[in-house]
Amino acid sequence: MSETALLADIAARGYAHPDVLVTTEWVAQNLKNPNVRIVESNEDSLLYPAAHIPGAVQVDWALDLNDPIRRDYLDRSGFEKLMGKIGATRNTTVVFYGDKNNWWATYAFWVFQLFGHTNAKVMDGGRLKWEKENRPMTREVPTYPTTSYTAPDRDDTRIRAFRDEVLTHMRAHKKMVDVRSPQEFTGERTHMAEYPQEGVLRGGHIPGAKNVPWARAANPEDGTFKDATGLRAIYEKEIGLKPEDDVIAYCRIGERSSHTWFVLTYLLGYKRVRNYDGSWTEWGNAVGMPIEKP
Amino acid sequence: MSDREALPAALADVVADFESLDRSLRAEMLIEYADRFESVPARVATRPFPEPNRAPRCESEAYVFATDREDGTVDLWFAVENPQGLSAKAWAVIMQETLSGQPLEQLARVPQDTIFTIFGRDISMGKGQGLVGMLECVQHEAKRRLQQRRSNTG
Repeated sequence: MSETALLADIAARGYAHPDVLVTTEWVAQNLKNPNVRIVESNEDSLLYPAAHIPGAVQVDWALDLNDPIRRDYLDRSGFEKLMGKIGATRNTTVVFYGDKNNWWATYAFWVFQLFGHTNAKVMDGGRLKWEKENRPMTREVPTYPTTSYTAPDRDDTRIRAFRDEVLTHMRAHKKMVDVRSPQEFTGERTHMAEYPQEGVLRGGHIPGAKNVPWARAANPEDGTFKDATGLRAIYEKEIGLKPEDDVIAYCRIGERSSHTWFVLTYLLGYKRVRNYDGSWTEWGNAVGMPIEKP
Repeated sequence: MSDREALPAALADVVADFESLDRSLRAEMLIEYADRFESVPARVATRPFPEPNRAPRCESEAYVFATDREDGTVDLWFAVENPQGLSAKAWAVIMQETLSGQPLEQLARVPQDTIFTIFGRDISMGKGQGLVGMLECVQHEAKRRLQQRRSNTG
């Protein structure tokens, strides 16, 4: 099957940058392609060791993408080591997939973009679709020869927003999308019982933010992204975003919002979308931050 | 009495096993538990499962059932509708194997913190909530019976 035929379904959906997605069939046809590295990133740390796409490596959000001490992402040398470990070069096409409608896959994708690894794609539908199609899975963990990868310094200016920038953004009445659940948005839910480590002292949302739970961008039956018309109906008709807007997305710790960042940036072609990874766990705990609570 | 001493012995053993494990060994062991998962037998419950038996906040759509034993304890049964719900399955097997047949008072007192010792402190908020929801269902079954017993003898 030709490359065009393998990706025809995605090409028909009207996305601004359809080349950022691949189908499960495309992945199936590229399992042995030495220029492609399949990367699984999940919320659930049990899924990869239980079964994964043959040849896929795991990038673990807690172990591989976060600084172990301070609240931040890995630095340039950490990223270079990670890429060396998974056997990738600057020319390797990295294809992400994962659980929960590719939630963590897009998070890993976002972190990779902080280091400019633009040769990256997401497998539409993620684990759910692959499994539903009864495609092969294995418990065998592959090893690849370590590569030497040279990364640029992490660029935190383009697609990442920090607290003070969000404050300025808010004061300028620019667009913000809060992608948490409606209960988190209203402040009804702040943290879970007996698990205050992820808790916040105040509930609510950043004044002016509009609530669109992240998973609405996906079709629940197979985890694929909705087509461009469906996405515009949510983000443009419902909450009035426009492609030329300067948009900040946030959630609790910046993972769910990376999914929305991905949708707005690549599927709808918005030019200026940033992910505020400090998100509600920073904003709702910081002293003196303005909060809106219905 | 410390929380640990209040645990049924078999659950205390499981907690002790998990306490010192690193992340990958923990995952391996949890997968072994999940592999042993068997859904609730038809003689106990059939689909569609009743809503009151559904664990609150569990994204893997877990259901919890208890059947009475003659000695006043219960057997626990679970259904996990999400085939990817490995943590829910592992937790179901652990609870079924360690809490079935144990005094109801002990079931009612299992601290939620047990979940975080077994699954690790870095478990995500959503998953932790679901597992706590499953425990709450088990405890609801135990407390309901204890209350009934008290009102029968009172």
